Amino acid sequence: MGKWTRRAFIGAGVAAGGALVVGIAVRPGNPIDRLSPLVAKGEGEKLINAWVKIDADNIVTAIVPHVEMGQGIFTSLAQMLADELDADWSKVRILEAPADAKYSSSHIGREFLAPNLEVPEILEPTVSGSFLSLATAMTLQITGGSFSIRGTGQRAMRTAGAAAREMLIAAAAKEWNVPASELRAENSMILHDKSSKSATFASFATAAAEQSLPAKPKLKSPKDYKLMGKAIARTDIPEKSNGSAIFGIDADLPGMKYAAVKAAPVVGATVEAMDATSAKTMPGVLQILNMGDFVAVVADGYWQAEQALATIQTTYSKTEGDGLDQEALFTRYATMLDEAGDTDGDVETEEGDVGEAFASAATKVEAEYKVPFLAHATMEPMNCTAWVRDGKCDVWSGTQSPLMARKTAAETTGIAIDNVAYHNAYLGGGFGRRSEMDVIIMSTRIAMATQYPVKMIWSREEDTMQDHYRPSATSRFEGGLDKDGKAVSWSNIHTHLFDPQEAPTVPYYNIANHKIRKVDVPTHLRFGPWRSVDHSQHGYFIESFVDEMAHAAGKDGYAFRRELLAGSPRHLKVLDTAAKMSGWDNPLPEGHGRGIAFVPSFGTIVAEVAEVDMTGKKPKVTKVYVAADPGFAVNPDGFAAQMESSVAYGLTAALYGEISVKDGAVQQSNFHDYPILRINEMPDVVVEIINGDHKRLGGAGEPGLPPLAPAVTNAIFAATGNRVRELPLSKMNFA
Amino acid sequence: MITLNVNGQAKEVDVDPATPILWVVRENLKMTGTKFGCGVALCGACTVHVDGKPVRSCSTPVSEAAGKTITTIEGLAEEDGTFSKVQQAWVDEQVAQCGYCQSGQIMTATALLKNNPNPSDEQIDAAMAGNICRCGTYVRIRKAIKLAAGNTPETQEA
Repeated sequence: MGKWTRRAFIGAGVAAGGALVVGIAVRPGNPIDRLSPLVAKGEGEKLINAWVKIDADNIVTAIVPHVEMGQGIFTSLAQMLADELDADWSKVRILEAPADAKYSSSHIGREFLAPNLEVPEILEPTVSGSFLSLATAMTLQITGGSFSIRGTGQRAMRTAGAAAREMLIAAAAKEWNVPASELRAENSMILHDKSSKSATFASFATAAAEQSLPAKPKLKSPKDYKLMGKAIARTDIPEKSNGSAIFGIDADLPGMKYAAVKAAPVVGATVEAMDATSAKTMPGVLQILNMGDFVAVVADGYWQAEQALATIQTTYSKTEGDGLDQEALFTRYATMLDEAGDTDGDVETEEGDVGEAFASAATKVEAEYKVPFLAHATMEPMNCTAWVRDGKCDVWSGTQSPLMARKTAAETTGIAIDNVAYHNAYLGGGFGRRSEMDVIIMSTRIAMATQYPVKMIWSREEDTMQDHYRPSATSRFEGGLDKDGKAVSWSNIHTHLFDPQEAPTVPYYNIANHKIRKVDVPTHLRFGPWRSVDHSQHGYFIESFVDEMAHAAGKDGYAFRRELLAGSPRHLKVLDTAAKMSGWDNPLPEGHGRGIAFVPSFGTIVAEVAEVDMTGKKPKVTKVYVAADPGFAVNPDGFAAQMESSVAYGLTAALYGEISVKDGAVQQSNFHDYPILRINEMPDVVVEIINGDHKRLGGAGEPGLPPLAPAVTNAIFAATGNRVRELPLSKMNFA
Repeated sequence: MITLNVNGQAKEVDVDPATPILWVVRENLKMTGTKFGCGVALCGACTVHVDGKPVRSCSTPVSEAAGKTITTIEGLAEEDGTFSKVQQAWVDEQVAQCGYCQSGQIMTATALLKNNPNPSDEQIDAAMAGNICRCGTYVRIRKAIKLAAGNTPETQEA
């Protein structure tokens, strides 16, 4: 199978769908013999099952198969495991799972292939096993899609904790010669109340590891949770407050050198000619490499490499992307949408007869919206360190997909995967960017051309100009209202994006006739998942148009959405909560406005109300109220932090975010022309969490983002009467 | 050779005097808490103190620090590791997410409180506006600075 992409995965899922139905089976045998050499090498450490080890000092280590990029996932996943295990939280440690196929995130396969599959509870702990072979084959070990808690946490961490608890109890029952039913676990101890006996988990660890894995470990019901649902302090914050946290860019090896790189500005172009005359003689410069698609300077220090790189003159080959400007791209989108007319394009969902309903509607509403490309702009510029020698390869970076990184390094170097080690560190921001493998490939290629470990660091300019961008897009709507202002038809056609497939759909809104279509519009720029992926564009499109329909119906945006959500009490509760938090009906001063938006995504239902002050030179967002129902928030403070973060990320995009193309190349390069929201522009954020369904959990990292832009633009409309149909807002003339 | 005083210790480095402090600290002195973000003093991730004043180390030649004291994030805690008031406030308010920008944020906040032990909301925003946080931890940064200010009218560096 080729390079993994979300879209390829969905495609593969169709082919593999049969396996899902027939492949559900109890995972065979306890894998600890195979896994122990990877994760339990320390003296006295005993691996109980794939995800739990206990050492002689009764320290429990949760092994988490996800990466920490700021979402607090290490802590939340350990919380879930430790709660089921009844471990003493103060004695819990966390270890990131190694980049090994045995720790691949098979649950992501399940979520992508069959997101709504209802599995009988008895099979819930084992169902992910059915995906293990598929996911292993696809070399997944990815963190993304807001899946970690709802996938790994629910299906692996909790099950592993409960299984380990049962194994420890079984071992204690045997040693004490009492029925297991008389034993319980508490604070990393096994207790026998009748005899007042107690002993540490550690004293039974060896015997427990020899127990067979329970086929169906009993999970706690919410009333028995001790750690889940609590705002437990994140374990990674102290080291991120004293400079000791190690990120990918902090890799340090004996004899390490540094590489600065510059890729062809137009994707697909190659270096035709290079003049490095002066660079060669500059201090510290060791090697100048023409790699075809990029130039690298390797030097004793990064600054020396950068200085030398700046003096190199290059010319590039012509490509199809040359000559392409942003306006031409939008024109191309418009042409494709025009050509699709009323009937062509790929139908994504259809119900009723939109043609008939729209034709006979009392009020017709039409609108077109546009959004630009966006870069991720993680604070830690892209980087990777690699060392190739003696038939071995070691790679150090921060990636969202360690297993894929290892496989990529093996493929790039031609070294057998068993001789390739991938070492992951904290990610200085991910947001989807670090699921791409470009830096792994570049860095290992540089390493092959050198004899020492080389740390390749992208300048901010490279990071901005060589991203895998959130696609720009155009979306057109036609909506019909009956004479009472009730929505009767919803028709949408948009340029094709990425995934998830449900992003353009509105199944939660009660509109009898709807039809949603897409057209493919190829561009030469590289696309990539960007926080909330397609929901980032469609959330803005959909919630802007809902607001336009409300206005056309002569109704308030909140009241109109209430009608659309009638019969969905869980959705209504979220909407009502946001409105109530904001004091929706309280008047605001002249020039101020309030806007509401509602977007369920990644399993979490979110409504946001934004308040804007339009009395100054540019829009100022003063407050954002977030009501969110993730089913159950495992760590409420961590969840709230992700909502705050999504507001900031979404507001940056709404106010400023714009990557544009000129002559095929990205025009923006650093924070002066790709600005990021700063603290003086940050609104107050108030978050209220609704625990609406303890069984099926939603995500946290992404769902707070999609409602933000439309809440803001709807507020601008409320304040000024100006409808914002194109982002970013910095393009609007507010004078 | 350039002689530097970093976190109270004398260090000798053999580098081009034009080398930015950032790379000297990270590569020569192996103190990686100070981060590279933009290279042009736009984001604040590289903030260190030179003679107590916050500077952008990515754009300040090391020659400018000769004979002066440099304080990095590694120099804020006490010798036994006890966090400074600002650092402790960062933990108490659970500020960091990815954490990459936080060394710079903490250095800027520490300098702010040294000069203005009780900053207003506007003063906090003004002082911190040069430090970008892509995770958007700004709400908590404000709270942490207020907490640190309340705890310690005379915030000081260790």
